[in-house]
Amino acid sequence: MKQRFDIVESSCVPLPIDNIDTDQIIPARFLKATTRDERFFGENLFRDWRFRPDGSPDPSFVLNDPRFKGDILVAGKNFGCGSSREHAAWAIAGFGFKVVISSSFADIHKNNELNNFVLPVVVSEAFLSDLFRSIADDPSTIVRVDVPSQTVTNLATGARESFDLNPYKKYCLMNALDDIDFLLLQSDKIETFEKDRYEIINR
Amino acid sequence: MNTLFDKIWDSHVVQRVDGGLEQLYIDRLYCHEVTSPQAFDGLRHRGIRCFRPERIICMPDHNIPTTGQESPILDPVSKKQVDTLSSNAAEFGLTHFGVMHKHNGIVHVVGPEKGLSLPGMTIVCGDSHTSTHGAVGAVAFGIGTSEVEMVLASQCVLQQKPKSMRITVEGPLGKGVTAKDIALYLMSEISTSGATGYFVEYSGSAVRALSMEGRLTLCNLSIEMGARGGFVAPDETTFNYMKGKEYAPKGEDWDKAVAQWRNLKSDEDAVFDKELFFDATLIEPMVTFGTNPGAGIPITGFIPQGYSAKSLSYMNFHEGERMIGKPVDYVFLGACTNGRIEDFRNFASIVKGRHKAPGVVAWLVPGSWAVRRQIEEEGLDRVLMEAGFEIRQPGCSACLAMNEDRVPPGKYCVSTSNRNFEGRQGPGSRTILASPLTAAAAAVTGVITDPRGLS
Repeated sequence: MKQRFDIVESSCVPLPIDNIDTDQIIPARFLKATTRDERFFGENLFRDWRFRPDGSPDPSFVLNDPRFKGDILVAGKNFGCGSSREHAAWAIAGFGFKVVISSSFADIHKNNELNNFVLPVVVSEAFLSDLFRSIADDPSTIVRVDVPSQTVTNLATGARESFDLNPYKKYCLMNALDDIDFLLLQSDKIETFEKDRYEIINR
Repeated sequence: MNTLFDKIWDSHVVQRVDGGLEQLYIDRLYCHEVTSPQAFDGLRHRGIRCFRPERIICMPDHNIPTTGQESPILDPVSKKQVDTLSSNAAEFGLTHFGVMHKHNGIVHVVGPEKGLSLPGMTIVCGDSHTSTHGAVGAVAFGIGTSEVEMVLASQCVLQQKPKSMRITVEGPLGKGVTAKDIALYLMSEISTSGATGYFVEYSGSAVRALSMEGRLTLCNLSIEMGARGGFVAPDETTFNYMKGKEYAPKGEDWDKAVAQWRNLKSDEDAVFDKELFFDATLIEPMVTFGTNPGAGIPITGFIPQGYSAKSLSYMNFHEGERMIGKPVDYVFLGACTNGRIEDFRNFASIVKGRHKAPGVVAWLVPGSWAVRRQIEEEGLDRVLMEAGFEIRQPGCSACLAMNEDRVPPGKYCVSTSNRNFEGRQGPGSRTILASPLTAAAAAVTGVITDPRGLS
């Protein structure tokens, strides 16, 4: 949901698996909802990894491990690949994550996170493996994500990196604005574009 | 010195926004029932209408059953989602090809086959396989539901322009090697994130030689390499395919359109951000052994060392094993990847004069009603029926198992679809991706079989 981003400082939930696809984040059978009920999607986040076929929680999965909690999900590279389902971003937001840290994200999912006020933070492979190690050593490891200065800090080791964030998207995140608010103000420009283009195509 | 991607993309930029994003005008938006309801809710919440309803086409495909479409959908949740698309289309004045409509089918099969997706267009849909439409020479890519709402509201999306990549595949394809095998080969070489951040132009003699159906399969799988989209510059194959399509330009408009489409190519001296070259003669029929589409090997190959233990354990496969001879429980022919007429011709060419193996469950699901009608016109239905197969009604079906076509836990399915992710074809299902020829070979033998030995 729309929220103003500033600084997120939290312990993390580690998921050191590469290529996590959106079918794992939210399986297709949960896509039949016709409303944007983030709580419903959050309850089913990583459904088939979190619960056994009989519906009982799988204690070996990190989301069922009480030592790991927080606003930040830390995942292996190529996070969110596969299906474009925005339900995956709704599930992550609905579970309560505000930030996802990985060394790379699939393009569509990255946009979906940003459009749902979940911040994808891309860090180097070295920073990521270092962070996984810190969390394994001490599950209460705190990470500080500073949006204004675009820096991410592993407070356990002091390791710090800056991350990319489009200036427009940064403005939106810090002011709780979305792209539709912007686009709805552009209809004159769109109509001019349509007229000019029609003339080019039909000359 | 522009790439074709630059030409199409740049000609659709309404304005550049501070920070480098671009407001991109969209010529065609497709909506299916799964990723659109929340977007229409957004319009209602804001009290606005669609900005350009004539550019938007709706059709249900993900949830619909593949038998008995004449009757109401039994699953009440699926029915509600399908009905919601119908009522949203009516409320916002949009074209809707509902269940049993003669134009209904999988959105990525219907768009090109009806001439709704044309060369030079920008095309989006809340579906990652929108990359399929790139085969007609368009810039087509998948978006999320918030972005669907943006297009409904303004016919635009805000995007960071992807980088450009050219993938050239040169040389003749070997016997039994199809567009599906090219794509699985490319993924096995560059991984499922090898093209992340890029838009891909496919070129080279092997790509030029592909039929339109083959190009649609190749472009469909662009997303599985991480690419935003992939396309093939339009040529005579494209124009011949498009001519006479229901929504394609007609008469003088057609001639004018083709004259413009002939300019849709990358300049000789165009510079790509990345270029990759592959030798088509090295490609064999491919199968996957793991739980992402990049885990492909030649069908004659062995499962390599060092692959994710979690994936192999899920598949109950082991390092060093051969794929040939592994038992198969289910076969699925269909999906936006391989649900077109050529795919059914290929499947039929293998099963003709043979019979479905006992114990194999086969789902043959055309990508659209038009495909199914053509199967009947060509008499393929008789060939398939004589071999013990039945043809179902169109839809996405077992590709993602949102309807009843679900592979049970632990069972193996040779599937012509696009993803072998854990649970993709039903919780616990085990998917082996392959071409229609390889799927047919498995269907008649009951085990993974090299189709080159059967034709």
